[in-house]
Amino acid sequence: MSVLKPKNLNAILKDSFIIGLITLVLAVPIVGLPTINATEGLKIEPRWSVVILMVLGVFLGRLLLNLWWHREPTLSSSIIIQNIPLLQSLQQLLKFILPIGLIFALILPTMPFASRYVMDVAILVITYIMLGWGLNIVVGLAGLLDLGYVAFYAIGAYSYALLANYFDWSFWICLPMAGVFAGISGILLGFPVLRLRGDYLAIVTLGFGEIIRVILLNWYEFTGGPDGISGIPRPSFFGLEFKRNSEGTFSGFFGLDYSSMHRIIFLYYLILALALLTNFVTLRLRKLPVGRAWEALREDEIACRSLGINPTNTKLTAFAIGATFGGLAGSFFATRQGFISPESFTFIESAVILAIVVLGGMGSQIGVVLASVVLIGGTELFRELEEYRMLAFGALMVGIMVWKPRGLLANREPTIRIKVEGSS
Amino acid sequence: MSDLLAVNHLTMRFGGLTAIDDVSFAAKNKEITAIIGPNGAGKTTVFNCLTGFYKPTVGELLLQGDSLTYRLERLEDFVVAQKARVARTFQNIRLFPAMSVLENLLVAQHNKLMLASGWTIKGLFGLSSYKKEEAQAIELAKYWLDKTNLMKRANDNASDLPYGDQRRLEIARGMCTDPRMLCLDEPAAGMNPKESAELNSLLQFIRDEHKIGVLLIEHDMSVVMEISDHIIVLDYGRKIAEGSPKQVRNDSAVIRAYLGEDEDEELPPEVTADLQNDKAHG
Repeated sequence: MSVLKPKNLNAILKDSFIIGLITLVLAVPIVGLPTINATEGLKIEPRWSVVILMVLGVFLGRLLLNLWWHREPTLSSSIIIQNIPLLQSLQQLLKFILPIGLIFALILPTMPFASRYVMDVAILVITYIMLGWGLNIVVGLAGLLDLGYVAFYAIGAYSYALLANYFDWSFWICLPMAGVFAGISGILLGFPVLRLRGDYLAIVTLGFGEIIRVILLNWYEFTGGPDGISGIPRPSFFGLEFKRNSEGTFSGFFGLDYSSMHRIIFLYYLILALALLTNFVTLRLRKLPVGRAWEALREDEIACRSLGINPTNTKLTAFAIGATFGGLAGSFFATRQGFISPESFTFIESAVILAIVVLGGMGSQIGVVLASVVLIGGTELFRELEEYRMLAFGALMVGIMVWKPRGLLANREPTIRIKVEGSS
Repeated sequence: MSDLLAVNHLTMRFGGLTAIDDVSFAAKNKEITAIIGPNGAGKTTVFNCLTGFYKPTVGELLLQGDSLTYRLERLEDFVVAQKARVARTFQNIRLFPAMSVLENLLVAQHNKLMLASGWTIKGLFGLSSYKKEEAQAIELAKYWLDKTNLMKRANDNASDLPYGDQRRLEIARGMCTDPRMLCLDEPAAGMNPKESAELNSLLQFIRDEHKIGVLLIEHDMSVVMEISDHIIVLDYGRKIAEGSPKQVRNDSAVIRAYLGEDEDEELPPEVTADLQNDKAHG
């Protein structure tokens, strides 16, 4: 460890002493002299021991902080040197984490601790992973700040709910249709607004998100307004429904005892498959000319124009594909909940999805997974903290932005590599 | 040899400011045409009009294609690059910084690859016809990486390259679009003498081997005088002279524009000596 020079030590002690003194001045009136109700009126009951403890605590804390700040510089540089192999081993670890994480996701329902609650949280987390991946195409790859992504989620959910209610169509027909509707609405929104950039685009998409919500809220005859839509049909397993034992149900067909968990597990695999589809398509698109054009557009639009790339079409494809995945996720949300109302599609949802993309590291697929697990799973974990839950959520976000300002996983791998002589 | 590009009566006004005033010139295929002039003469504005970033107030810009003539002033910027195949570089380099050098060159071949990937659908299912086309695109990129000495940096981010390499990468990216005409906006800016000598041979190679027209804005006279076949001199948005490097060097209007208006004052002795020296050496 470092050896502190006496001069340095003096300065540190002086600083800690001053801070302790300030605490004393503040603590005496605020903490030390509380008023209590007594029969003859208000009475002061001094608490000197608390004040002394506070001052001592602040003094020692400041001293430790100072010692940490005034470490010998050799120490910090040795940390940096050690960091490089650490970083490499972290990336190697990441290669292992990927298949392990996937296998874990696949066998999660068979785990002994997979209770109804755990599965519900897992479904929620994966829904947000899918939404994050969908928005990642728009924000992370194409660089278009979209604050109204929840609108496409809502369009997907209402598409399924309304089609199922009015026409009695099954989930498997409605799912692709919901995606198509959301995609079309993405294009419709995109045409007028994509000539805007940056902040202006963000404001217009924010407005679009609110417009969709307000329409759903006010078009009472069609959408049920604030009452929402209830009794949305549950998905079936190739025509087999998840109901109590009888002919033509899942449990009846396979000769199993009926359990309400069957449907939950089925929903879990359904959203896992949808999310993996989103990931697969995104990874594929990234390596195709359209994906590279998205990233090029994010980097420099004028250079793109000078190379003959049609910026409007390129942005529209990003918007439409991102919206499609949002719609698919929305349709899943409707069938899982069985009830939807405009309440579920407020701006805060857009903000959470955007936070997942930004905190994960823009454009990083694994980053989205990590951020969803941390943000959505984390808030579930903190549920016992009750009203302090959002405080923990906020602190988490601030923490990530302080330590990892470009997101949890920010480094980008080139989509293509060639062998080069004489270098790595 | 017919003209590749004909600029007729080009005028560009920004509000009350006339940046270019009735400029006409022509550029030939397989030639390097340089546009020179003092700062603010309107050189980059000419480029922006040619590449569709500005719509000229008056004038026509004709580019001779294979069978038809393109009217550049009527096309949108990305159509100029796509159909008329005019490639350009920028005065302040515009690469895709977070993408690798190779990716920069593949983005330049976007339209060709987009067609090959069946507007993404064929590519999404990994059909072999797209893979073949992509391999060809990588070969073309490798060819230009080799020509610009960037092969070793192919997998690095464009932003990690030193300045001179970034300039050359921008030229390589322009050439990957398979252009009819290449417009270079100060390609030698910030280069040391060795680098600008390399740039000279690269531009000559492009002219002689790829047989396209090169339009060049440049302040570095060692580049301009050495490789240009034809020079156009602009000053305050007007064309004040044009001709071969030798003619332009001896043109009194050009000397005035570069060295000052006052005709009564004699040129400094070093300058006159320089000029005579140049004359003697041709």
